[in-house]
Amino acid sequence: MSDWFSEPANWVFLVVGLAVAFSALRVVTSRNVVHAALYLVATLAGTAVLFLLLSAEFVAWVLVLVYIGAVIVLFLFGIMITRAPIGYDATLDNDHRGVAAVVSGALFLLLSWVSIDFFGSTALKDVGDPTATDLLGESILGRFVLPFEIVSFVLLAALIGGITVARKDATPLEAEERV
Amino acid sequence: MTLVPVLVLAALLFSLGVYGLLARRNAVLVLLAIELMLNAVNINLIAFEAMIRDSLATGQVFAIFVITVAAAEVGIGLAIVLLIFRNRATANVDEFNLMKW
Repeated sequence: MSDWFSEPANWVFLVVGLAVAFSALRVVTSRNVVHAALYLVATLAGTAVLFLLLSAEFVAWVLVLVYIGAVIVLFLFGIMITRAPIGYDATLDNDHRGVAAVVSGALFLLLSWVSIDFFGSTALKDVGDPTATDLLGESILGRFVLPFEIVSFVLLAALIGGITVARKDATPLEAEERV
Repeated sequence: MTLVPVLVLAALLFSLGVYGLLARRNAVLVLLAIELMLNAVNINLIAFEAMIRDSLATGQVFAIFVITVAAAEVGIGLAIVLLIFRNRATANVDEFNLMKW
């Protein structure tokens, strides 16, 4: 155990992990919609630090840019547009909290039991030594170029689909007037 | 540094996401819980990548794919929530019964 504390990476992981766990808990229990979204920012920022620790430098910054920069802003727009109750609101949860807690607790115990049982004391290699981003780029545009193209098509389709779904269609009368 | 604490943290995030998915009424908060679950998957991918360290950095590539798909999912999901809100004037999932007869 004293061995565990002698490694600085473990300390960083302990602090960041506790922060991530706490803010994730607040995401699902907060009584305020805006606070839940902002706690998700804290969770994702902690995850990005964790990725830096696990030597995934590029993915960490992608996470910061895409999630914290874009997705959270989209969420805040969604909250404002749907006029979700800003401020304290006791009706954000339904009546199945007990069942949900039992299900998620059982899932957590199962997942962590399987992980601990299977990966016991597997060590991570070269912690803190960043993966070269050029290696990642060559991998994405080399071996994984087809999935990459497909996923960019998915993103394009989702963008067009989002615009089409959310657009206010003209009523038949207005469409007639326009002709 | 060992693999197991990271996996346990990811399991915790995933379980909290499942809890949020089941216990929340507001559709935007359900989407937030789904983001939490996708984030747990990303942590797992990066952790296993840090364990294996293959020459293609497969885990990191797939984490980027998951992030992309999550962004697409949020865009579509919020568009649907917006449309339902416009028609129903509510964003509570237990009041959406359009698909019931």
